[in-house]
Amino acid sequence: MLEIRDLHATVNGKAILKGLTLTVGAGEVHAIMGPNGAGKSTLAYVLAGRDGYEVTGGDFLVDGRSLLDLAPEDRAQAGLFLAFQYPVEIPGVSNSTFLREAVNAQRRSRGEPDLDALQFVKLARQKMNSLGMTDEMLKRPVNVGFSGGEKKRNEVLQLAILEPKVAVMDETDSGLDVDALRTVARAVNALRAPKRSFLMITHYERLLEEIVPDRVHILADGRIVGSGGPELAREIERTGYAAYAAAAA
Amino acid sequence: MAAPGAGGTDVLNELVGQSYKYGFVTDIEADTAPKGLSEEIVRFISARKDEPEWLLSWRLKAYRHWLTMPEPTWAKVSFPPLDYQDAYYYSAPKNLPKLESLDDIDPEIKRTYDKLGIPLHEQQILAGVAVDAVFDSVSVATTFKKKLEEYGVIFCPISEAVQKHPELVRKYLGSVVPYTDNKHATLNSAVFTDGSFVYVPPGVRCPMELSTYFRINAAKTGQFERTLIIADRGSYVSYLEGCTAPMRDENQLHAAVVELVALDDAEIKYSTVQNWYPGDEQGRGGIFNFVTKRGACRGRNSKISWTQVETGSAITWKYPSCILQGDNSVGEFYSIAITNNYQQADTGTKMIHLGRNTRSRIISKGISAGHGQQTYRGLVRVAARAEGARNHTQCDSLLIGSTCGAHTVPYIESHNRSAVVEHEATTSRISDDQLFYCRQRGLTLEDAVALVVNGFCRDVLQQLPMEFAVEAQKLVGISLEGSVG
Repeated sequence: MLEIRDLHATVNGKAILKGLTLTVGAGEVHAIMGPNGAGKSTLAYVLAGRDGYEVTGGDFLVDGRSLLDLAPEDRAQAGLFLAFQYPVEIPGVSNSTFLREAVNAQRRSRGEPDLDALQFVKLARQKMNSLGMTDEMLKRPVNVGFSGGEKKRNEVLQLAILEPKVAVMDETDSGLDVDALRTVARAVNALRAPKRSFLMITHYERLLEEIVPDRVHILADGRIVGSGGPELAREIERTGYAAYAAAAA
Repeated sequence: MAAPGAGGTDVLNELVGQSYKYGFVTDIEADTAPKGLSEEIVRFISARKDEPEWLLSWRLKAYRHWLTMPEPTWAKVSFPPLDYQDAYYYSAPKNLPKLESLDDIDPEIKRTYDKLGIPLHEQQILAGVAVDAVFDSVSVATTFKKKLEEYGVIFCPISEAVQKHPELVRKYLGSVVPYTDNKHATLNSAVFTDGSFVYVPPGVRCPMELSTYFRINAAKTGQFERTLIIADRGSYVSYLEGCTAPMRDENQLHAAVVELVALDDAEIKYSTVQNWYPGDEQGRGGIFNFVTKRGACRGRNSKISWTQVETGSAITWKYPSCILQGDNSVGEFYSIAITNNYQQADTGTKMIHLGRNTRSRIISKGISAGHGQQTYRGLVRVAARAEGARNHTQCDSLLIGSTCGAHTVPYIESHNRSAVVEHEATTSRISDDQLFYCRQRGLTLEDAVALVVNGFCRDVLQQLPMEFAVEAQKLVGISLEGSVG
């Protein structure tokens, strides 16, 4: 479960989040929509603890524990996962090495023994099969030379392997064609689980046709200015954000 | 053989003493020459080692030449002038203070051993802990020695080779690095105390990585080490020098010389991991590592490949080079150098193309952090008769933080129109995006740096012998601890 309480944050001294409150229950998928500059990606980085994103008020909790004072890696180890809008390339490091390092870092934090290379490959294959992916992606350097679709699928694969409590998906639909979108959405749907909360950050309603959320929230000027069921996303698609943006101002 | 330490309880000394007969420890009687350098000292060293007249006279020629040589000043490193009279040039192997258990050693060093994954009994030996458990290296060494004998491979201290194989030593010593070469190599020629000698007979593929097992003995290598490796026609040998474990030494100046000779169709692969004490975080202390390493591809189709991982020393001055004399011969240089805190490194290679269709490949990865200063200095020379010569150089620098420096100084001299010489260079900074991405997946900042840097070094790391590559990867991470954040 993810609880965000009256969160305020600044970037370079400029207030971006201005009292954001939101609860995503266990097993639920919530979507956050909003116009450019509303603070959607800022929210993702603030939750993950990126340098330069300063929290000036409020709090947020994963399964009842505040993560606000933790380093990014400690937040990840506490079960917070961010699927990046622009996944980063790491030349010379194979995807399987990267993922195994990540899995083992998280296992160590729970006092569990490391997976060796064979155990890891077995786990990764099993996850990839269940997501309909082939394992050639494991051998390639992290995100280097990946197409837009491959990068997003790689994010979803990491999510599958790391099994977080809370997954924040930042613009997972951006840069994908219809087929790639469907593939990624299918994988995310397969990863919905009773103890996992999803927060989908998106521009467009298109993704929400494929991953049907329990709740949709409209973010404008750093606050939630409207919430509703999946139908809210379709309404936005028709009428745009103008009415909400005006309400926020 | 060396006198064992006083009292029968000194198991470590006994083991070290015993292993001498397998050829990995010098046969120096326990005593020390007075401080300073003179013709008498050179004669003293030669006499101690019971050397033949020709070797003494070679040492003396080197010494007299050394007196006339200026210090090399072209490297981009700075340090106060060396006082050659304020040093010992001959001393018996040191007796390390004996400790009761590993709990007594510097916790910092213990932590590094653990991180490197060095087995417990090796940790004890490295740290100078008195070991009373039965330790199997002697029997293993015996097995190895037998196997090498079966194949006719000679692998022994160079002082032993002088006695037992004088014709080989006399023929090849100084034939690649002449005693007049440079101030540091000339000093080494005058006063070298020991080092390794390898001869691989024609057509023999050496059945094991030389010296990987003997890491512990390698830890006792001296200040003026001299190594000579000869691969006869159609032979192959892989030699590994150094140690990932941090090494301390009272002698500040280290001036080693390594000479390699590959005859027709022979191949030598020489790998180094250097982790001498780099000085503290303020740059105090630390070893000056001024090394001359050179290989001669004398025969047709011969090949010499240098791989180095340089993480230690306050100052590194080192250019492992290849002289490609034989037609179709190949030279390779793969290097990772890391400078952190106040370390300085001026390192690179020389590829001298003399034969036809000779090829060389250079991959250099420099990582600079803290106040580290690093220079890649490389020469590719193609002689007029080196028809069809080819070189490719890839030279990448990675900067961590804003107070370090990376410099690339390539020299290219081509005297043959058919030669193809390529040089690529990049300089990049470790990116916050990469580090944040790794940390979001649960890696600590230090692990994230190690992962990104290891990726940067991958092309070189994969040239190392398998078992060593794993330790070298860990070493890369350890060397950069505290460099970010």
